[in-house]
Amino acid sequence: MEKYTTLSSVQQDIKDSKLHLRQLVEAYLQRIEENKHLNAFVEVFAEEARSQAEIVNSRLLDGTAGKLAGMVIGIKDLICYQNHIVSAGSKILDNYRSVFSSTVVERLLAEDAVIIGRQNCDEFAMGGSNENSFHGPVKNNADNSRVPGGSSGGSAVAVQAGLCMASLGTDTGGSVRQPAAFCGVVGLKPTYGRVSRHGVIAYASSFDQVGPITNSVEDAALLLEVIAGHDEYDSTSSTLPVPAYTQQLDFSGKKRIAYLPETLTSEGLDPEVKALTEKTIKELQEAGHAVEPISFPYLDFVVPTYYILTMAEASSNLARYDGVHYGYRSPNATDLESTYKKSRSEGFGAEVKRRILLGSFVLSAGHYDAFYGKAQRVRRVIREKTDEILQDHDFILLPTTPGPAFGIGEKTDDPVTMYLADIFTVQASLAGIPAISLPLGETKTNLPLGIQLIGKRFGESELLAFSKYILNVTKSR
Amino acid sequence: MTAMDTEQKVMTEEVLNKYELVIGLEIHAQLATKTKIFSSDPAFFGAEPNKHTTPVSLGLPGTLPKINEEVVTCAVKLGLATHCKINLVNRFDRKNYFYADLPKGYQITQDELPICQKGFIVINLKDKEEKKIRLNRIHMEEDAGKSMHDKDDRYSLIDLNRAGVPLLEIVSEPDLRSAEEAAAYLSEVRRIVRYLDVCDGNMEEGSLRCDANISVRLKGAAEYGCRCEVKNLNSIRNLQRAVNYEFRRQVQLIESGERIDQNTLNFDAATGVTSVLRSKEMALDYRYFPEPDLPPLHLSQDWVDELRKELPVLPEQRIKRYTSELGLSEYDASLLTNDRSVADFYEELISVSSNYKSAANWVIGPVQSLLNESGKEISELGIPASAIAEIIQLVEEGKVNNSAATQQIFPVLTASPGKQVNEIARELNLFIDTNEDDLDAFIEQAVSKYPDKVVEYNKGKKGVLGLFMGELMKVSGGKIDPKTANKLLISKLESLK
Amino acid sequence: MNLDNETIVRIAHLARLEVNESEKESLLKDMNNILHFMEKLNELDTTDVEPLIYLTDEINVLREDVVKQEITAEAALLNAPLHDGTYFKVSKVIDKG
Repeated sequence: MEKYTTLSSVQQDIKDSKLHLRQLVEAYLQRIEENKHLNAFVEVFAEEARSQAEIVNSRLLDGTAGKLAGMVIGIKDLICYQNHIVSAGSKILDNYRSVFSSTVVERLLAEDAVIIGRQNCDEFAMGGSNENSFHGPVKNNADNSRVPGGSSGGSAVAVQAGLCMASLGTDTGGSVRQPAAFCGVVGLKPTYGRVSRHGVIAYASSFDQVGPITNSVEDAALLLEVIAGHDEYDSTSSTLPVPAYTQQLDFSGKKRIAYLPETLTSEGLDPEVKALTEKTIKELQEAGHAVEPISFPYLDFVVPTYYILTMAEASSNLARYDGVHYGYRSPNATDLESTYKKSRSEGFGAEVKRRILLGSFVLSAGHYDAFYGKAQRVRRVIREKTDEILQDHDFILLPTTPGPAFGIGEKTDDPVTMYLADIFTVQASLAGIPAISLPLGETKTNLPLGIQLIGKRFGESELLAFSKYILNVTKSR
Repeated sequence: MTAMDTEQKVMTEEVLNKYELVIGLEIHAQLATKTKIFSSDPAFFGAEPNKHTTPVSLGLPGTLPKINEEVVTCAVKLGLATHCKINLVNRFDRKNYFYADLPKGYQITQDELPICQKGFIVINLKDKEEKKIRLNRIHMEEDAGKSMHDKDDRYSLIDLNRAGVPLLEIVSEPDLRSAEEAAAYLSEVRRIVRYLDVCDGNMEEGSLRCDANISVRLKGAAEYGCRCEVKNLNSIRNLQRAVNYEFRRQVQLIESGERIDQNTLNFDAATGVTSVLRSKEMALDYRYFPEPDLPPLHLSQDWVDELRKELPVLPEQRIKRYTSELGLSEYDASLLTNDRSVADFYEELISVSSNYKSAANWVIGPVQSLLNESGKEISELGIPASAIAEIIQLVEEGKVNNSAATQQIFPVLTASPGKQVNEIARELNLFIDTNEDDLDAFIEQAVSKYPDKVVEYNKGKKGVLGLFMGELMKVSGGKIDPKTANKLLISKLESLK
Repeated sequence: MNLDNETIVRIAHLARLEVNESEKESLLKDMNNILHFMEKLNELDTTDVEPLIYLTDEINVLREDVVKQEITAEAALLNAPLHDGTYFKVSKVIDKG
């Protein structure tokens, strides 16, 4: 079967009776099986997907189907689905069965999406390579010796390798955008508060957002349209109405785009990434858009600020995993204290433990004002300056990552590279604004490369329209 | 000096009198809202274990809190009733610690910006002037579940019904100086929360709980001594016992040259003794930070002003009015205002009867007894205040005597609250219509029955008058005017000297 | 600031995690890293800057005091490592005093 890359083509073929959704699901199930080595899925909901496909196909034919009918989607192992296990990539929740569904899953199902399985990720969304999962590492389909990125590695690979049409991942500091870049697909982080966090296992509460990973901008727009919007269960969800993103994808006019020169002059930047970015800038300029360098004086502060805040919030959010009411309890527990210490130490992986400890350190007595309080002030400075740039410009353009996917186990310790990697993606997370990674090129060895666009707060409509435009511009090179 | 001598030295009143007790109370009031503070499961007490739960109150992965608007209303009402400044902008914080009954591993509370600050509560002590006890703050937070350690040998059993039930924490300044003051303050808080209908004030069931911060210092000292916190006192009496015990314990330590450690203590109600629950070294680091999942509250002054208008008249104000304007005693005023529904009934009664004292006696006496016996609420009794007013009128006009009113009319009225008072009096033949001649005859009868008591009376034992009056009531069938009868009886008795 | 073994012991206890000897070394290194981060942040003068606490402009997000019973007691206990159908069970707290 041909690889479908957009929902519209699926829906058309089903309506024309050229395709039955059941066939498509079977094809995906088979591809998942054939690509088990990628380890993208932790669990496949085969039977459910099959029966759901039957129901949705009939609806498509009699005209009663929802917007996502024909969409076969995977969800990151961090997003709750009633009656299904959600393990957050961790041993501590490996047998935990959710008794309720997240709002995003409910909205997917209400529009007739078929959820085919839960996807591997870094434990509790902490990581940038999907090497921190209890269920083992995920492999990049472009090169199996390389990482797919993280934490939504499984979600990105699944779309890359055609194991499903789209995925829902989560992005806290880049966890949707970076794997999307490594895997050559589209990955969007919405504005903070655009999408409900109810039923999404929390890592850092003031950063987490669910985001779609797709082949096309159209499908990203459609998914966002379905999952976005106010949720009575999430007090931080925005009450602003949701635009019909899919109706607003036609781009026209000229845009003003800023790029941050510091990001392009660092030694740690892979020359091919630099070249791709500069090429994109030039193409946009030639198409009549104003693209200019804007200095961002606080670039050096984004990484420390991000880590201080996210580790602090995570240390509190993960306190509930204590072996008492749900999740893993150590067989070596002899009283309450040992239940805590042993269950948590045995149930959590090393990276998670590290971040919890450091977060507790940041918040501990005597350090709160100096660390957390200070970081919150610096966050405001970063946000205000970024907003200022976006007052005079429509978008900020920069690489998504400093280089293509690195090798599994290679886990670069080079501070400059790691530093750059974080700078590119965390700024949008700190400011709470939307950002998208677009697969605009490849290395000479055919490894995907992504370029990132950051948009105005709640400006996903403009961001998506321009993204679609850029992809067309670069495709026609 | 022997150890015994030292101990004896310490325990004298003289020694104790050198010291001043300093007490601050932290009171937790469980709110009588329908649902919990951050989730929609029921908040009421008494359900089967773990039935009042939702994913949010269980702290399941992926869940988020949402504030119950009624809790905010209750907090503002209490703040207004206690003269607090309402912080129009206030927010929630996380208090991080681990315990089996705390499913999220943190409690959502208010630390830096509580909803109410700097109020006061007035307490009245016997034979003393009223005293203002300052409040430091009132804030909103969630309760924890319950863990039970003595139902099973190997395991603690946990019930999360209570997890997430709304609490208002009321923190006083260390202005209390004795167990009596502490008890008066706790009583007053209890009365206020019941008046406002925000909490049922039931200490046995745990809807009102009290922690006491107790320290001592030499009288006249400027600095406070080191304080100990006694937790979870579940009755006013236990509060007093714990305070008194701590006073002596701390004084003894100081007199022996020892230091007071800033410990958290438990009070054993059975033995009357405090013991260390948590030492200073184990002092917990709660790592407070603002709750990112809950946007802040920006209350409007208009809304607060509306709530102020809706407040019931509070005990403090009513007592003032009853004593200064209506001429009631402090004691009576206090009894009348103990329960808001009873106080409201009294208000109704005095709106139709100007005999305030009589009205007070009726409410404190027969009506209260009926309430105590029946266990019902005053509204359930269905006796109209106007009926009581009528009875008072009849007695005042001398048409029926008081004991007939309380012992005969009232019970009938209770059984048939719709009945007319005049009709009852007529049916029971209680109208005083005894003329003076008949009255003389009745008096003659009563007096001749107890000749020896006549002698006693004239020897100075005036108390036997009651016996004669009682007899008089009997023989006359209660249809006499007690005032007149009393006068005539006394002159008769004295004539027999 | 003095970061030493005592700090690790205290923080590990706060977080209810066990840290073995080999982990202690890398943990100390990480904590020192945090201090470096903080040195960096302290280069920025934020005297008149309010901390950014909330990422949305929403305020007064309240719900009505109406009961919604969403799950049963069975569901509440579903994932409990140990329960007796009524209560969650955990090995006993050792009396601290």
